[in-house]
Amino acid sequence: MVNAGKQLITGLGVLLLSLVLSVSCYAMDFPDEVEIDSLANLYEGVVFDHAMHVDATENCADCHHHTTGTGVSDEYCAKCHEGDVEMDTVSCQDCHSADPLSPENLHNPAPGYIYHDDKPNLKAAYHLKCLGCHNEVDGPTGCEDCHAKTEAGDKFYHSGEFAPAEDASHGEHE
Amino acid sequence: MSKITRRKFLAGSAAGGAAMMLTPAKKAFASGSFEGFPDGMGVLVDLTRCVGCRTCEAACNKEQGLPAPDLPFDDYSVFDEIHHGNQKRRPTDRAYTVVNRYEPEGADKPLYRKIQCNHCNEPACLTSCFVNAYTKTPEGAVIYNSHVCVGCRNCMIACPFHVPAYTYHSAINPVIKKCIFCYYTRLKEGKPPACVESCPQQVMTFGKRKDLMKIARERIAKNPDKYIDHIYGEKEVGGTGWFYISNAPFEEAGFDIHLPKKPIIDNVKDFLAIVPIVLTVWPALFTGFHLLATKGKSHGHGDDHSHDEQEGH
Ligand code: SF4
Ligand code: SF4
Ligand code: SF4
Repeated sequence: MVNAGKQLITGLGVLLLSLVLSVSCYAMDFPDEVEIDSLANLYEGVVFDHAMHVDATENCADCHHHTTGTGVSDEYCAKCHEGDVEMDTVSCQDCHSADPLSPENLHNPAPGYIYHDDKPNLKAAYHLKCLGCHNEVDGPTGCEDCHAKTEAGDKFYHSGEFAPAEDASHGEHE
Repeated sequence: MSKITRRKFLAGSAAGGAAMMLTPAKKAFASGSFEGFPDGMGVLVDLTRCVGCRTCEAACNKEQGLPAPDLPFDDYSVFDEIHHGNQKRRPTDRAYTVVNRYEPEGADKPLYRKIQCNHCNEPACLTSCFVNAYTKTPEGAVIYNSHVCVGCRNCMIACPFHVPAYTYHSAINPVIKKCIFCYYTRLKEGKPPACVESCPQQVMTFGKRKDLMKIARERIAKNPDKYIDHIYGEKEVGGTGWFYISNAPFEEAGFDIHLPKKPIIDNVKDFLAIVPIVLTVWPALFTGFHLLATKGKSHGHGDDHSHDEQEGH
């Protein structure tokens, strides 16, 4: 009985600690806005309202996996990363490479690692996270809901001023 | 479904006309024994990720120097198009890849699927071609030489995925056109295809086929509630270079789930055996037949995909 009581107390302690930690997520130093533009080409960059998303999500880990020290939401990741503390590398591009086929990224995972062998590239890391959640919470999901197309984009998609000429044989345009 | 009917019809004729059979063309590998080049590249397509943005279609158009589309690539009304025979869009000579929308039963959101050549390990297009216009490269691409193509359209009929398209508009040089895995401009140099690189959702992952197969298995194992426990293209028709995982049953995303696990070389051999007869009996069936006579002479500007003036990205 004594042991069981001890365990309970330890358990409560861990629970309390994790509560403190998850609260500390919001006390953590984080930017209110993040300009996501390193890949901008066909579309303008996005000024990401980080503060709003911090308020809207329950746990930093929903986006930042195990890097913010706020506990992991994915059970699979928790097998190794349960109890991780805040890391130096927290921003998306610290881990998700914009160019996954560059020589230094080609042999991913690095020798010795057997996990993280299916890491999305930076562009996909953004879109999979953003759209994945937006689809669930009815957030915006259209391409131009988040970023306006550039002239290069219009050219690429044959849209806007580069749209194909109206052609009688192809009924309704737009 | 008219294509399948015609193939069956021809196969039926093969049995009936067995006495008249000619020797089938010899092919480099024996039926069912070729596992693909060991280091061949492939693409894992994860249908759960596709949002139907059509960026891949635009990227292919640009990379392959294809004609301007009829509608902009950000016009999503194309998903409502139904073509003759109650078909959704298919790759054409002007679009080597198309994205279609499906509504799987019971699913709360639509499923999108990109269609292009699957770069089979043992391509039926290749084995059906009696002028050997097709090549399976060690890198994994199934390419073709349009200078050799005589426009007979055997490969169109043989391909289990209805991929090769035909330049109907060209009366002088009608040839087959299809996705070539961006072989000349990218794959040859170890680079991923344009469509793969352009996708915002990394629906497609590029790598060695055998490594990707492992990743596909891992994704399914890690998320058994999310994925159907099947990798489409692992075994189908002897294995394909591009293969698929999905959250909805494959038949509900327009996949033919009745394809044999074995390469369809055997069937095609029967088919090949009657080709000369077909050409004799129904020359009109193959509008390119007359070009046999001019074979060896220049066919004019055949597209060999050399892309000297490739645009930068
Ligand atoms: S670019 Fe990617 S997400 Fe967009 S339609 Fe193509 S495969 Fe789907
Ligand atoms: S999908 Fe069709 S065209 Fe492509 S390699 Fe296979 S048989 Fe040939
Ligand atoms: S691999 Fe190249 S040719 Fe094939 S669909 Fe993609 S972009 Fe087009």
